[in-house]
Amino acid sequence: MTDLLTLAATTASGLSLGITEGGSWLLRNAWLIPALPALSFLGILFFGKRMPRGGSELGIALVGIAFVLSLLTAAAWIDHRDNFEGEEVHRTVAAAEEHADEGHADEGHAAGHPSLAVHNTVTWFELNDVTFTAGTLVDGPAVMMLVVVTLVSLLVHVYSTEYVAGDRRYTHFFAFLSLFTASMLLLVVSENTLQLLVSWELVGVCSFVLIGHWWEEKPNSDAALKAFLTNRVGDMGLIVGVTILFFTVGSALPGQFGSFSIAETNALAGAGRLSHTALLVASCCLMAAVMSKSGQFLLHTWLPDAMAGPTPVSALIHAATMVVAGVFMIARMYGVFFEGFSIGGSSINLMALIGGLTTLVGACLAFVQRDIKKVLAYSTISQLGYMVMALGVGAWTAALFHLFTHAFFKACLFLGAGSAAHAVHSFDMKSDMGGLRKHMPHTYRTFVIGSIALAGLPPLAGFWSKDEILVGTGGWGLFGGTGGNGAYTFMLVMGVTTAALTAAYMTRCIYLTFFGEFRGHGTPHESGPRIVVPLWILAGLAIVAGLLNLPKGFPLVPGSLQERFGHFVEPVAAYFPSISHGTPSWSLAIASTLVVLSGIAVAGWYYFVKVEAASKAAGESLTELPDGLTSRYPLAKMGHTFLVQKYYLDHLYTDIIAGGTKGPVAAAAYKVDQDVIDGVVNAAGENAVRAGNLVYHRFDQLVVDGIVNSSGRASSGAGGELRKIQTGKVQDYAAILFAAATVLAGILIVIV
Amino acid sequence: MTVLAALQGFDSLMSGDTVVAQNIAFGILALVMIVAALRMVTTSNVVHAALYLVIVLAGVSGIFILLGAEFVGVTQVLVYIGAIVVLFLFGIMLTRGALGEDEEADTEKRRMAVLVGVLVLVVTGGAVLDSFGDAAVNRAAPSLTAEIGDTIFSQYIVPFEAVSVLLLAALIGAIVVARKD
Amino acid sequence: MLLNQFLLLAAALFAIGVYGVLARRNGVLVLMSIELILNAVNINLVAFSAVRATVGGEIFALFVIAVAAAEVGVGLAMVLLLYRNRRSIDLADIDQLRG
Repeated sequence: MTDLLTLAATTASGLSLGITEGGSWLLRNAWLIPALPALSFLGILFFGKRMPRGGSELGIALVGIAFVLSLLTAAAWIDHRDNFEGEEVHRTVAAAEEHADEGHADEGHAAGHPSLAVHNTVTWFELNDVTFTAGTLVDGPAVMMLVVVTLVSLLVHVYSTEYVAGDRRYTHFFAFLSLFTASMLLLVVSENTLQLLVSWELVGVCSFVLIGHWWEEKPNSDAALKAFLTNRVGDMGLIVGVTILFFTVGSALPGQFGSFSIAETNALAGAGRLSHTALLVASCCLMAAVMSKSGQFLLHTWLPDAMAGPTPVSALIHAATMVVAGVFMIARMYGVFFEGFSIGGSSINLMALIGGLTTLVGACLAFVQRDIKKVLAYSTISQLGYMVMALGVGAWTAALFHLFTHAFFKACLFLGAGSAAHAVHSFDMKSDMGGLRKHMPHTYRTFVIGSIALAGLPPLAGFWSKDEILVGTGGWGLFGGTGGNGAYTFMLVMGVTTAALTAAYMTRCIYLTFFGEFRGHGTPHESGPRIVVPLWILAGLAIVAGLLNLPKGFPLVPGSLQERFGHFVEPVAAYFPSISHGTPSWSLAIASTLVVLSGIAVAGWYYFVKVEAASKAAGESLTELPDGLTSRYPLAKMGHTFLVQKYYLDHLYTDIIAGGTKGPVAAAAYKVDQDVIDGVVNAAGENAVRAGNLVYHRFDQLVVDGIVNSSGRASSGAGGELRKIQTGKVQDYAAILFAAATVLAGILIVIV
Repeated sequence: MTVLAALQGFDSLMSGDTVVAQNIAFGILALVMIVAALRMVTTSNVVHAALYLVIVLAGVSGIFILLGAEFVGVTQVLVYIGAIVVLFLFGIMLTRGALGEDEEADTEKRRMAVLVGVLVLVVTGGAVLDSFGDAAVNRAAPSLTAEIGDTIFSQYIVPFEAVSVLLLAALIGAIVVARKD
Repeated sequence: MLLNQFLLLAAALFAIGVYGVLARRNGVLVLMSIELILNAVNINLVAFSAVRATVGGEIFALFVIAVAAAEVGVGLAMVLLLYRNRRSIDLADIDQLRG
């Protein structure tokens, strides 16, 4: 059967898409999962206020059902992945020169059966000969995201019932939490880019609404606006990119001018049927969307500000799910990006570079924050950079795996930070926290577990996914090279540096929050069970999630338990490019662990030894050494200021780019006008006058001066007359407009 | 000269080839519309102006029916006379710029407006006469409403959706602009 | 019937509408004159549609009617706002941009 399928795929009759219309009922009806939270949104919106618990029970119930459905779907997918032998869908493509060799050769994939994605659509509308569909494309990454989103959303729903209890817009909050969940689930099962775009905008709107949940305070509504507007910049890229792809794909399909279908786009791109230039331009446009949505360097500035929203929102939207939409979009359109950026076999590309820069930039900024949520926000940016970098170097599975583990430990950290802040009523680590270890043991333990997972110490989740990304760069040549898609050594260096920085800033964060003496007011106490239980669930997942994808050849476990995540999540179908996988090496794993330990050691020595001793000496709980590096060395001080000012990017955007047209640029233009242009004119005039004076003194006096003076008088007079036209009355302007347009039309008629 | 030649083309209106009754109907409609339109823009009473507008709109609807566009003609009556004029009357009532007399425009402004209006008329009229000589409207049967519906929902579906979004935006915009806060 | 007679009628209505927009001081009347202009355009569209014996022009006329409805809604809201803020809808009074 498999042989028959591959045979059919290589003949000229049609291009195999790697999708099927068959499959189990659960996989074909995945639309139910986003539909449930959408139902919950409507229910809460209309009946929430009348419910005994303000609608939160409806949200929890329906999201809970969605979670169970997701788990069942995942089970169905696991069965489908290895045992499905159904019909594959083929697509007739326009005759073109054969690219039989560079097609989707399946040698790179060890699995026997192609893991056909389950495709189910309904016609949305038809326009001439193009059918616009809406539907679901269920495959490994989609199923994985369904489980992650519903799980984190469910826990956040439960957590929120305590966190925002008594809020005046309690019902409203849950309604939008549900709407967000629905939009995000719709995004991950999207079958075409149009649907992807719609849900992409929907999650953006929910993010806007939830960041601005407490909009009465100006900074919150400002932050919401900033997030929304920054995302608009990237969304423009998404719209342009999707449009380019639509027409590019249309050129390869007979009798059709375009197609939004993701499977078709990827399969055609993978088969080399699409123009490389178009793919490159489209990839760059889509990359802009990723940069804004996933907080990549240059457009990341909204994400830290978005922490103005309630903490559960930060955990759900700005750590675990929405911000990874960009990463997921790359993973979804990987055929396009893989061809567009020539990921296989090169050593640098835009995506890897942006991702690598973002990891470093975010990690550096996390050092100087006072606000615990901002530390985590910059950490999120840094980790998203990891994922984008991994995709950029071709380590697709590693990126998705990191997305998976990151969702758990980062949500755990955010909810832990929220729990601490809930107790002390502030997010400021330096002035209002410290010593919480004794008061909040559960929060403390889960936070430490999350931090270790984030820093990447074995055997916690972060270690496995981070190590896989480092392996995927293919840049490690020592003791059994890794051999990925290319030699991205530069990315490896950035990744390892960030690993050290991550370990160090999380150590600082833990010290400032949980050690020393309490610096705030009152006595903090541990949060209730509705906060602590989700924390422990997430912490547990942060410990074990990494074991899902033990590297191949890991000697301590049987082969059937190795690379389970990669096996079930990574598609091996025609719509997915054939990527090569790096070979994990012990040397790299040990080296990266040592780097992490050294990061912890340096920061730990500074805080737990030096600052602790200084605190004892000073008799109060300090947060930094009174005579630290920054006060002793001007260069260090400058670096610190540079970081505190967030690389001056916000100044760049608001003052220079936005204010530029009215302010400095205008002044510069005026100066150029005065000094250069006027200077030239004056000099020319003076010289001419001097020459004239020498020869025609009298003529000059009478004629030239006369002309000059009268022209000046004339322009002044004309200005005075023209001023009268500026009556400020709309009808006078309209009269001029109509008359001028008519006269011009008349001239046009006469001439043509 | 072309203008004169074109004017001579109107001779065929009175010949036996064309249906005289249609032309008579057109003449009456056109006369009533132009007079009503002129009264509308010159009357000093705002409510009267709205009523003159009704006459012009009804005339336009008649012209549509004369041209065989029955659906558009009926829509014209429904939307314009049924809804938009009522909206105008509400607007007049709410602004209460005196239900009676409206202050007259100053003569200078009116002179300018006449000038521009005549200029527009001359240029567009001249262009029309110059371009369309004696093209005749000889539609055999009125257009079918079913055909309009089919065309809107196939060929013009995207503009149709765009207009629906525009209406929604206008609705929201009008509420935002006019609400008291 | 000739095409020209409809086009000339439309031109006349258009010119009268332009006069109304330019000469009247009452904001509501200016909006009404704009309706006149839009109707003149509609006559043209339907007339061309009749000459070509297609429904395209009629559909455009329908769209224009819909857009006109939207325009009146927003326009009247603006006039209302003007009235509320200045107690007058005389366009001659609004000259804050005078040079």
